[in-house]
Amino acid sequence: MSKHVVALAREIPPGNRKLVTVRGRPIAIFNIKGEFYGLLNRCPHQGGPMCEGVLTGLIQSDDPGTYQYSRAGEILRCPWHGWEFDVKTGQSWCDPEKVTVRNYPVEVAPGQRVVQGPYVAEKIPVTLEEQYVVVEV
Amino acid sequence: MSQSLLDRAAQRPARLGVIDCDVHHALRSPKDIHPYLSRKWRDHLATYGSRRPVPFIGSSPYFKSAPALSRKDTWPPDGGPPGSDLKFLQEQLLDRYGIETGMLHLLSISGMDQRNQEFGAALCRAINEWQYAEWTQHDRRLKAAIVVPGEDAPAAVREIEHWAGNKDFAQVSMVTHTIEPLGRRRYWPIYEAAAAHNLPIGLHTSGYNGHAVTPTGWSSYYAEEHHEVAISQQALVTSLVCEGVLARNPTLRVVLVEAGVAWVAPLCWRLDQHWRRMRDEVPYLDRPPSTYIKTQMWFTTQPMDEPEKPEHLSKMLDWVGWDRLLFATDYPHWDFDDPETAIKIPLTEQQRRMLFRDNARAAYNLD
Repeated sequence: MSKHVVALAREIPPGNRKLVTVRGRPIAIFNIKGEFYGLLNRCPHQGGPMCEGVLTGLIQSDDPGTYQYSRAGEILRCPWHGWEFDVKTGQSWCDPEKVTVRNYPVEVAPGQRVVQGPYVAEKIPVTLEEQYVVVEV
Repeated sequence: MSQSLLDRAAQRPARLGVIDCDVHHALRSPKDIHPYLSRKWRDHLATYGSRRPVPFIGSSPYFKSAPALSRKDTWPPDGGPPGSDLKFLQEQLLDRYGIETGMLHLLSISGMDQRNQEFGAALCRAINEWQYAEWTQHDRRLKAAIVVPGEDAPAAVREIEHWAGNKDFAQVSMVTHTIEPLGRRRYWPIYEAAAAHNLPIGLHTSGYNGHAVTPTGWSSYYAEEHHEVAISQQALVTSLVCEGVLARNPTLRVVLVEAGVAWVAPLCWRLDQHWRRMRDEVPYLDRPPSTYIKTQMWFTTQPMDEPEKPEHLSKMLDWVGWDRLLFATDYPHWDFDDPETAIKIPLTEQQRRMLFRDNARAAYNLD
């Protein structure tokens, strides 16, 4: 595992996402209310590109005619067949123990820390004043 | 559930070349069809509009789970709806998966559904001209279907005869939700013409006849209706067999599109059971009904069934018969089957060849 600087934090405002490639892996980075999460850009079902999925909420119901809507913006639906995943963990709603999108730890680091290493940042010019998105792969 | 996942599947790039038996192209704008309509019918369209036998005025009776029913990543970067940009379709489907032939089915506009049948016939001709000029002439991998105004059989036969012999058209296409079941006599001249010109009939789930897709009334949810198209296709197969369409046209070939395949085996068993008991009601069927189905009909696999245990799918496909299966992606629609990941069972080399290519060559009489 190594840490890779993949974007300026301000490039990905809350509710947005960016597709990056780290060590050959396509990874979708999401900003959910200021927290960053990384998921492999490949649905475990048929391989749909997760980065292009809609972020929605979780709808639950105890009985036809009633529903609860929660976790707005935290549920990622595959852009192909609509399977639902928790963007924070990669777990599916249909079978959370067994069906998951691989997730990668993501953090925001200041430029001052990034320049000291051991981060890998060959594609992103780093300045001391900026905040950076760092993914661990 | 876990058994249907990618990481348990053998990833198999379909290197041998795939014939995709369900590809949806689309008009970029309804105006695209205008140059192919006469002045009279352009004026008619502008004044009276496209009127289909739909109970939901101004909307589609079909549910949508995604805009334009499509995968979110299929909207062309240069604009227009999914399927309307040839270059993007080539990139995302034909080149990406090594598709050697793609069978086009146009759903976004239909001549057969028009309540004004004369306009419907003119629209079918215009659509066919458009498909020929703007799709098949730009990519030889794409084969169009001759769309016909099937509720007016003489006009449909004229349309078939106009295009017959043109190798850019691989089949004759009709909607499946029709005024009468498609086995009825009013449609027989169409089957005779198709058989005479060695063209299969391609029946993609589509069309409006004012009835619900299900025989039990209008369903509330797409989760219900998406499956119910398979039930309507069973009724269609039953009609074609029991009315004697296949028996009296022994060279006729029929392809059922976008209803899956798992239902075919039990339908064959049930029809054969009925035939043993009630054969004298349909005495022109001199062989068990499954015999006609298993020699004259093919079925596209999408949407592929995903049983909990993959080996159950293997058994099911054995029962249907490997020589009846045609692979289809349904690109760009949201229930797309990926050629590399949709079939999560091991295939023998022969099964792979049949499913992805060779059966289609037989069904469509491709060189």
